[in-house]
Amino acid sequence: MKKNTKDTKQIVLKIAHLGSLAVFAFFASLPFLWMLITTFKQDADLYNRANNPFIFNMAPTLVHLKELFHETLFLKWLLNTAWVGVLVVLITLFLAIPAAYSLVRLAGRWGERLGIGIFLTYLVAPTILFIPMSRVVANLGLQDSLWSLVLVFPTFTVPFAIWLLMGFFKTIPRDLEEAAMIDGYSRFGAFIRMVIPISTSGILTVVIFSFTLVVQEYIYTLTFVTTASQYTVSVGVPTFLVHGDVYNWGALMAGCLIASLPVVIVYNFFVERFISGLTLGAVKG
Amino acid sequence: MDTEVKTVESTFQSRNQHLSFFLDNATVLGVLMIAPAVIYILALVGYPLVLAFIYSFSDITIGSSHFSFVGLENIQMLIRDFDFKTALYNTIYFTAVSMIIVLVLAKILALILLKDFKGKFIIRTLILMPYVAPISLGVIGWLWMLDSIYSPINWLLQHTRLFGPDFWPMWLGKPKLAMSAIITVHVWRMLPLATVIMLAGLTSIPQDIQDAALVDGAGYFRRLFQITIPMMLPIMLVAVLFGIVFTATDIIIILVLTRGGPYGSTQVLVSKAFYTGIDAGDLATGAATALFLFPLLAAVAIFMLRIARRAEIA
Repeated sequence: MKKNTKDTKQIVLKIAHLGSLAVFAFFASLPFLWMLITTFKQDADLYNRANNPFIFNMAPTLVHLKELFHETLFLKWLLNTAWVGVLVVLITLFLAIPAAYSLVRLAGRWGERLGIGIFLTYLVAPTILFIPMSRVVANLGLQDSLWSLVLVFPTFTVPFAIWLLMGFFKTIPRDLEEAAMIDGYSRFGAFIRMVIPISTSGILTVVIFSFTLVVQEYIYTLTFVTTASQYTVSVGVPTFLVHGDVYNWGALMAGCLIASLPVVIVYNFFVERFISGLTLGAVKG
Repeated sequence: MDTEVKTVESTFQSRNQHLSFFLDNATVLGVLMIAPAVIYILALVGYPLVLAFIYSFSDITIGSSHFSFVGLENIQMLIRDFDFKTALYNTIYFTAVSMIIVLVLAKILALILLKDFKGKFIIRTLILMPYVAPISLGVIGWLWMLDSIYSPINWLLQHTRLFGPDFWPMWLGKPKLAMSAIITVHVWRMLPLATVIMLAGLTSIPQDIQDAALVDGAGYFRRLFQITIPMMLPIMLVAVLFGIVFTATDIIIILVLTRGGPYGSTQVLVSKAFYTGIDAGDLATGAATALFLFPLLAAVAIFMLRIARRAEIA
């Protein structure tokens, strides 16, 4: 008898657990579910208040996808984003890898402080800077060009990358570099031949996160760029698929979904490293 | 250790002396390797930051080729401005309310996720999506869900009888509702990150400490207040500080969802700075508006440095 009540209690707990999981998962994914449904719905089905919005009352259609790729600059925005992303990632790696190594290994005591100082610039960046930055970009003659984004985006990827890489470099035993130096490499040689190859996973993480930050960026792009063909996807879709007050929801949702999914999938494999990198300073003690 | 390396190095004198001065001397190499990053940051973060202060005390506009200083005029004007006060109040309200909700929900979600269950990977992916997907696009999804005519949320609430048949709220059309909508979407966006950080904190506490306390007869609350919370404190502090900064400075949700309306009820400092500085071209007033967040950012920065230094000593 007593065992029975214990079992019931366990079952109730299990149901409560799964139920609350379901609620959170539903809340988190609802907008994406709604995007998915809208993408494939016919307009006549979509704009009928009598219909259940969550099911297909008419046959699914590909008309919104066709419209998105043929009648808008969506593909161009995707390419712009990829192009800016690649360049920003390269600049980030070029600036951040040597800097992080220097702060961890060569700088001594002030290395850690400077590292934190650099990381804090990540907090200041876009909010306070977008107004003066618009002037800097204009003075350089880069307004309305993708190059303005290539120039400015590393302001938030570099501090972040330095911080993440410092964590990775700290875990490399000094013996490895010393062994390389005994083998006749210079210190710099040891860094190039020894440290970089064994940090591949850390560098890959930085590549993923820098790229994700570029895809998500909004304020700078909105501030610097006004020509439709120069937008990135995260600004182009909300700005140019809306014609005045006329929202073309089908194509709009298709664009949001297609641009979001690849990032979500790739990011998911790296999230644990991202968190351990982010919280490193606090946990390390 | 270093001297040992030096003696080893000195036995390899065959290399070019000049080159080895740059490539082997730790101090010189250290400076050379960090210089590009520091120069870049000074030029594109430091210089614009100085400009932000200069502009705040000037009368610069987007089209003007030169400008003159007006002292504290912009700031005095802002302080007298009713819209500015509303934006300042909205910023504080929005930040405080969303942070509290995020913290409570993240704690609950972290505890739920801590248990083992089937399909964890899929659930985790779903829960992380709001943070990972480009935020402006996720918010467009919300804009469509909160549509004044076709809102599926309203439909759902009406068909589950939670709303009466005539109740069809215009989420983005009424000041109070619009603010709630903004907060909801922000919570939706921040919850994944907060949860993951909370999880990292929870799992960083060694299980044997919890077990030992359990053996000693410590109850749930005793363990919560004397072990879990104190041990999670540093990581929580950092997470909360970051949360405050990101909440107070992120305007994508507002720009996409309400553009500060209706009647300025969701306008915050940074969105106001955007509309005056960039849209209306008044760089000076825009810069001054955004600069009101600087004390907050500076305070967080100093606090972080403190924590770091304490960790360094310990």
